[in-house]
Amino acid sequence: MSVLVNKDSKVLVQGFTGSEGTFHAGQMIEYGTNVVGGVTPGKGGQQHLERPVFNTVQEAVDATGADVSIIFVPPAFAADAIMEATAAGIGVIICITEGIPVLDMQKAKAYVKEHGARLVGPNCPGVITPEEAKVGIMPGFIFKKGRIGIVSKSGTLTYEAADQVVKAGMGVSTAIGIGGDPIIGTSTKEAVELLMADEETDAIVMIGEIGGNYEAEAARWIKEQGNPKPVVGFIAGQTAPKGKRMGHAGAIIGGADDTAEAKMRIMGECGIHVVQSPADIGATVIEAMAALEA
Amino acid sequence: MNIHEYQAKELLKSYGVKIPAQIVAETPEKAVEAAQQLAELTNTGVYVIKAQIHAGGRGKGGGVKIAKNMEEVYQLSDNIIGMQLVTPQTGPEGKKVNKVIVCEDSYYPGEGELSEIYLSVLLDRAKGCDVIMASTEGGMDIEEVAEATPEKIIKEWVDPKVGLQPFQSRKIAFELGLSGKAFKNMVKFINQIYAAYRGIDASQVEINPVLKASDDEIIAVDAKINLDDNALYRHKDFPALRDETEEDPLEVEASKSGLNYVKLDGNVGCMVNGAGLAMATMDMIKLSGGEPANFLDVGGGANAQTVEAGFRIILQDPNVKAILINIFGGIVRCDRVASGVVEAYKNIGEINVPIIVRLQGTNAEEGAKIIEESGLSVTSAIILKDAAERVKEALA
Repeated sequence: MSVLVNKDSKVLVQGFTGSEGTFHAGQMIEYGTNVVGGVTPGKGGQQHLERPVFNTVQEAVDATGADVSIIFVPPAFAADAIMEATAAGIGVIICITEGIPVLDMQKAKAYVKEHGARLVGPNCPGVITPEEAKVGIMPGFIFKKGRIGIVSKSGTLTYEAADQVVKAGMGVSTAIGIGGDPIIGTSTKEAVELLMADEETDAIVMIGEIGGNYEAEAARWIKEQGNPKPVVGFIAGQTAPKGKRMGHAGAIIGGADDTAEAKMRIMGECGIHVVQSPADIGATVIEAMAALEA
Repeated sequence: MNIHEYQAKELLKSYGVKIPAQIVAETPEKAVEAAQQLAELTNTGVYVIKAQIHAGGRGKGGGVKIAKNMEEVYQLSDNIIGMQLVTPQTGPEGKKVNKVIVCEDSYYPGEGELSEIYLSVLLDRAKGCDVIMASTEGGMDIEEVAEATPEKIIKEWVDPKVGLQPFQSRKIAFELGLSGKAFKNMVKFINQIYAAYRGIDASQVEINPVLKASDDEIIAVDAKINLDDNALYRHKDFPALRDETEEDPLEVEASKSGLNYVKLDGNVGCMVNGAGLAMATMDMIKLSGGEPANFLDVGGGANAQTVEAGFRIILQDPNVKAILINIFGGIVRCDRVASGVVEAYKNIGEINVPIIVRLQGTNAEEGAKIIEESGLSVTSAIILKDAAERVKEALA
C-alpha cells in the first residue's frame, strides 16, 4: 500500500492543453504515471500527448475510469474545476494552481467535504509515490523509493527534505505537498494520519511554516496516538518578521500557537524530533530510526 | 493589499454602511477648505483630523486631533501633514504622513448614551470559514481585550454554503447588549459589513470603533481593510487604490521584477526559490551567526534576469556583508541559474561582498562547474550544511 496515489491510480489532468498542464503532464507521463486523459472545455475529442481530451470531467471519468485528478487551470477557474472533479466522483483531487481567491476556496472546500472527496492543495507541488506515480510538479529524480513519508507546506522544502533523506541512504514512501494557502483541502494532521496508517511508511518528516495551527494540531494528535512512528519536524520562519498587517484581528484568531517558536515547542513536547536547522533533516531521520531499532 | 482608512470607508459606504462625512486633504489650506465644505454639508462645528497612513494606533502617536474652528484645523493639519508618525505598528522610524482626512464629528450629544463597539470579519484558517468578531470593548487595543477578558469577544462563524444568516446578526447585536433602534441599526450594520467583506473580496475588515451615536445610529468611525491579492482581478478599479508611497521602495521595485522581497535589518542577503525554503534559509543564516538582511523569493522561474534584479536589490542595502543564493532546482535548471549568476555579476561589475551560491537538484553539478570556471570570487556549495559553513566563514 502507499498513500493517495500509486501505480494503479488513473490520473486525469484538468487544464490539460494549457502550457503548464502540457509541460507537467508530459513530465508525469515520462515518470511513468498512468495519465489516462485530460479535460479542457471546448477541446473534447482531440488527442493531446497521445491521450484523449474531454470537455467535462464527467465524460472523462465515464470513458477512462479516472480516480485521481490534477488541476492546472488558471486561478479564476480553479475552484470551479475542483468542484467539477468532486461532482464527477473523483476521489483524490490535487490542485497545483497558485493564487485562488480565498472566498472561492471556502466554497470549494465545503463542497469537497460534503461530497466526501479528498482535496490536496491548492498552491502545492502535488503528491509522489516514488517509482509508482508522480502527480505533481516535483522533480521526480530526487525521490527514491523508501520508507520515509514526507508532509510539507512548502514545495522546495519538500525537495530539500527528500534529497537529504535519499542522500542519507534512505528513501521516500509518499511525499505529500499540502500547500501553504490560508485554505487547503488536506491539513498537516490529515496527511500525517494517512502516513501513520500506511504499512510502507516507517517514519515521517513533517515540515511546516509560521501561521495557522496545523502543525500544533498534528503534533497533539501524534502524542494522543502514543507516537506510533518517529516524526521529524521542522518549522520555517523562525526569523520571519511579524506580518505587516494593519489591524489586530489576525493575531487574535491565529492565537499564540502560530509562531515558529511556539510550534517547535509544542512539537517537542509531543515527542517529535524537532530540527532547528533545515540542513539537519536527513541526519535527524537517521538518528530517529536508529533510536527506534536500539 | 492594504488601503487607506478613507478608501476603506468609501468602499463600505457603497454597501450602505454609515460613515462620518469625510474629505481628503494634502495641505493645511485644503484641510480648511474641506472643513468649510463639511460645515455647509453637515452643520458640524467640530472637525476630526486624521493622518492617513497604512498603520494602526495613529491616535496614540498624535495622528488624530480634534479642531473646533478653522484656525485649529489649519494648525493641527499643518502639524500632522509631513510628520513622521510613530505608532506601535510603524516601527521606531515611523511613517511620513502625506495626507489627512477631515471628518465630521459623530460624537454629538443627544438623548441616548454613546458607546464604542468593536467589529471585524476575517478568515478563520483553522475552520476554513469567515468569522465575525465583536466586542463591547470598542476603541481599545483588541489584542489586550482578548488577552485579559476573552469572554468579552463574541465570535460567530459563517457557513460558506449558506452565508451569514439573520439569526447570527441578531445574536451578535443582542450579545452586544443593544435594544430598540440601536439594535435594529446594528443588525443592518453587521449585514452590510459582511456583504462588503464578500463583495470586495476582503481578507479582513476591522471597524474599531463602531460608534453607537446619541441618536442610536451605528457608524463606522474608523475602518481598516485588507484586500485579497488573489481576487484583485475581479475588481478592475482596485489597483488605483494602491498607494506605493506607503510601501518600501525596494519592495515595490522587486515586485515589478516579479520578485517577492521583504527588507529586514540583518547583514546576510539571500536569494532563494520558494517561500518555505527562503524562510528556512533565513533561519539557517541566523544559526550560522548572521542575521538575514531580507526575504527574497525568486519564484519558480529563476533566470538570468530575475537573478540580476535580485542582486541589484540586495546590493542596495548597505548593511549586507555577504550574499547567499540558495536554489533547489526542480523545473528550474541549476546550470541556467549559475549562468545567470555569472552574467549578472559581470553586468553589475564590482561586487564587494562574498557570494555563496548553493545549487541543488536538476543539473546541480553542471551549475557548480560553471561557477568555479567563471573565475569570479563566488563560493559554491551543493549541500545545505556546506552553505551554512561558508556563510559562517564569510562573516568571520
